[in-house]
Amino acid sequence: MEQEQEYLTFVLNDQEFGVDILCVQEIRVCSSVTPLPNKPSYIKGVINLRGIIIPIVDLRQRFGLAPLEYNKQTVTIILRTQDIQKPMVVGIVVDAVSEVYKFNKKSVRKAPDFGNEIDNCFVKGLVDVDNKLIILLETQTLLNQDELYNFKQAQPSSVV
Amino acid sequence: MSIDLSQFIPSFLEESFEGLELMESSLLSLEQGDTETINSIFRAAHSIKGGAGTFGFDAVTEFTHLVETLLDEMRDGRRDIAQGDIEILLDSVDCMRLLVMSIKEDTTCEDEKIIEVTAQLEATLKGSDISSIAETSNIQVNNETASDQTTWLIEFIPEHHLVKTGNDPQFLFNALADLGEVSIEANSSELPALNDMDPEELYLSWSITLVADIDIEEIKEVFEWVEDECQLTITKKQIPSSQDNNNTPQVKTDNPLLINEPSTAESTNNKQNNVQADESAPPIAKTTEPELKVKPAAATVKTTKPKADVGSIRVGVDKVDSLINLMGELVITQSMLSELGNDFDLSKVERLNRGLEQLLQNTKELQESVMRIRMLPISFAFNRFPRLIHDLSKKTGKQIELILKGEQTELDKTVMEQIGDPLVHLVRNAVDHGIESTDVRLANGKPEQGTIILNAYHQGGSIVIEISDDGGGINREAVFNKAIEKGIVDGNTSLTDSQVFDLILEPGFSTAKELSDISGRGVGMDVVKKNIQSLGGRIQIESTEGKGSTFKVHLPLTLAILDGQLVRVGSEIYIIPLITIVESLQAQSELINRVSGDMVVYRLREDNVPVLPIYQLFNLEAETKEVEGSLLVVVEAEDQKIGLMVDDLLAQQQVVIKSLNENYQQVEGISGATILGDGSVAMILDIPGIIQMAQNNALKSFNHKTDKLTYSEEVTH
Repeated sequence: MEQEQEYLTFVLNDQEFGVDILCVQEIRVCSSVTPLPNKPSYIKGVINLRGIIIPIVDLRQRFGLAPLEYNKQTVTIILRTQDIQKPMVVGIVVDAVSEVYKFNKKSVRKAPDFGNEIDNCFVKGLVDVDNKLIILLETQTLLNQDELYNFKQAQPSSVV
Repeated sequence: MSIDLSQFIPSFLEESFEGLELMESSLLSLEQGDTETINSIFRAAHSIKGGAGTFGFDAVTEFTHLVETLLDEMRDGRRDIAQGDIEILLDSVDCMRLLVMSIKEDTTCEDEKIIEVTAQLEATLKGSDISSIAETSNIQVNNETASDQTTWLIEFIPEHHLVKTGNDPQFLFNALADLGEVSIEANSSELPALNDMDPEELYLSWSITLVADIDIEEIKEVFEWVEDECQLTITKKQIPSSQDNNNTPQVKTDNPLLINEPSTAESTNNKQNNVQADESAPPIAKTTEPELKVKPAAATVKTTKPKADVGSIRVGVDKVDSLINLMGELVITQSMLSELGNDFDLSKVERLNRGLEQLLQNTKELQESVMRIRMLPISFAFNRFPRLIHDLSKKTGKQIELILKGEQTELDKTVMEQIGDPLVHLVRNAVDHGIESTDVRLANGKPEQGTIILNAYHQGGSIVIEISDDGGGINREAVFNKAIEKGIVDGNTSLTDSQVFDLILEPGFSTAKELSDISGRGVGMDVVKKNIQSLGGRIQIESTEGKGSTFKVHLPLTLAILDGQLVRVGSEIYIIPLITIVESLQAQSELINRVSGDMVVYRLREDNVPVLPIYQLFNLEAETKEVEGSLLVVVEAEDQKIGLMVDDLLAQQQVVIKSLNENYQQVEGISGATILGDGSVAMILDIPGIIQMAQNNALKSFNHKTDKLTYSEEVTH
């Protein structure tokens, strides 16, 4: 029983990704974002979520994909660490949400170690559903400030 | 069912600290025969001891027990309240605070001060029991050199009920006999007439002579179980040869009264002496050297850094009640509005408006009440000063009276915690540099006793704390000359008095002819200024030579809310803290100077203010890109003025500061964020940070420009 875990999947550039559903606080439509000065373009800015200021990261740009104009399907998934001691909340912008799946831990395969367009540290494993490959993301690293905001190819929006 | 006691530890700690504070302030006001005060000190000590016992903090229990015993004697009138005893008790309070602090921080407290004070307490307690104390101290002094057979004289006067507690003196004597050669004499002078005698009581006392190669601790151990129920003196018989081994300072301390005498020697010497003492003598020897004992309390307290913990606040019930009241009103307003919304038509607009107004009123009051919860009377910060002045006046030999005013003025807890150290520094400064020594005062026709007044009051949206002394005041010439000497100002500039006084807040500035250990050590006035500025406050100095000085510290009431000026740059709204704004103006083209490259300076009366376009700093699209005719908000931080170029000035309003760090990280040039009325987020500008950024950028572009010197010359002309 405990071997099973539920995942929320979402689409980025036609590829389906999954995150541990226990880390998902809520899903929101994109609202207006207040930009932060002198920050890389994948950091969209901050929003006010019921009195708490949370940063918004465009996962497309963070993963080095071409930015897509936000449309009706674009949503923000609010992720929250399960660690109560040091809660951290971040919103990620994705193309669209897809499904909630229940996976057995055994069915999760290790990610192959080859040139991936996604930083490998975020990938927890791969899982096969109806001949569709879903990349499961490691929420621990995704919610780790050092990892999430450490984007080597990030180009600052412009130079002074 | 077992109860997890650890959950009560925080409340124990809090109560202990409160108790200690009470003990301290009561001790300072303690006078002879004031039984009520002694009782309250005793009660405080007793509950700390009880609490510590429950949680098994033995170090605290044992130490407090000694304190309590001493207090008990005072309470029963068995002991006069001597100034020396009060000093020891004050030191004990410091020790207890150290011990309790070590529990809080979960460390073991190995401060030698505690050992010293413990020994002092023990010595005092013994001294009170017997009149022949002169010898008591001798044995302790000499004891260190006891290497061969020594003769010990033990006076053992048990309480009458000793045998009822199951102790038999015979066992004690047997135990002593095991240590060496014993001869025992019984004293039956206390023996009552047969008719009056209670057969179960013990009326005898003994004097014992013990010849053995042991030290005092071993003898004490024998009496360990009965020490609370008897009067015990252990004395070493004088052996001339061993006394020769003692060095002079120890011989001097033969007079036991010195033990009680407060002697706060200069702490620097103090430390050195202690080191020497450690090398040359075993610990017991130290206990009889009063001049080495007392370390300045404040210095000890300072070394314990406050840890960042969640903390808690005690809130008066009245504040909570008013919150509940307001909550009730809010609920009523809400239900009225929702009823109105059920079938709304235009005829009800007026009622709607009234409802909204009421809602506004409710929220405002609720906000104020909630903020008031965080407010504590400033007496919490002032409480430590009587003790500080007490210690300092003893150390400097100056007579000082401290007057506290406006202690009920309320201040945000966070501000209060952070203003403590700067205030201590200012008060030390007033004692050390402000108040003159007694003879100088008398020569100047001033009362012998100097006065320091601490005053706090509200002024507008901020709180003002005044530290004034009636001392010598600041010597304008000395400060000015020193500043020229240090290269802080140019000798030709003419400065107003207050500008000169502000110079003493500069880093590396000290007019004291020689550094003393009271002030001029560690934190300088520049640190005080920096601390106050980091709280969003400022410091102001007024001084009349010969009459005294006043330091005024202006602080915001709270750190959670600030008065802000909303400005627009492009499509973004930023908030500039109102306290930093000097003025806002429209740039006139004839006052604009281009210094070099893209550095623009605006002439503002006699000042040249560098202009900093926010859109450049933050890489934004803005409407106004030309300085000419643009809106400049002149802000000041750390004595540096700068003109921020903005597109538009919007409203002024109070904003609630939200941290960006909580879920993200610090952003350069931004001190926090807030939520505006429409729910959107706006950034609060960090003015000192922006000035820093601008300087860095200027430096960068300067380096860049020097490479292309010819090009930049073309641009400037």
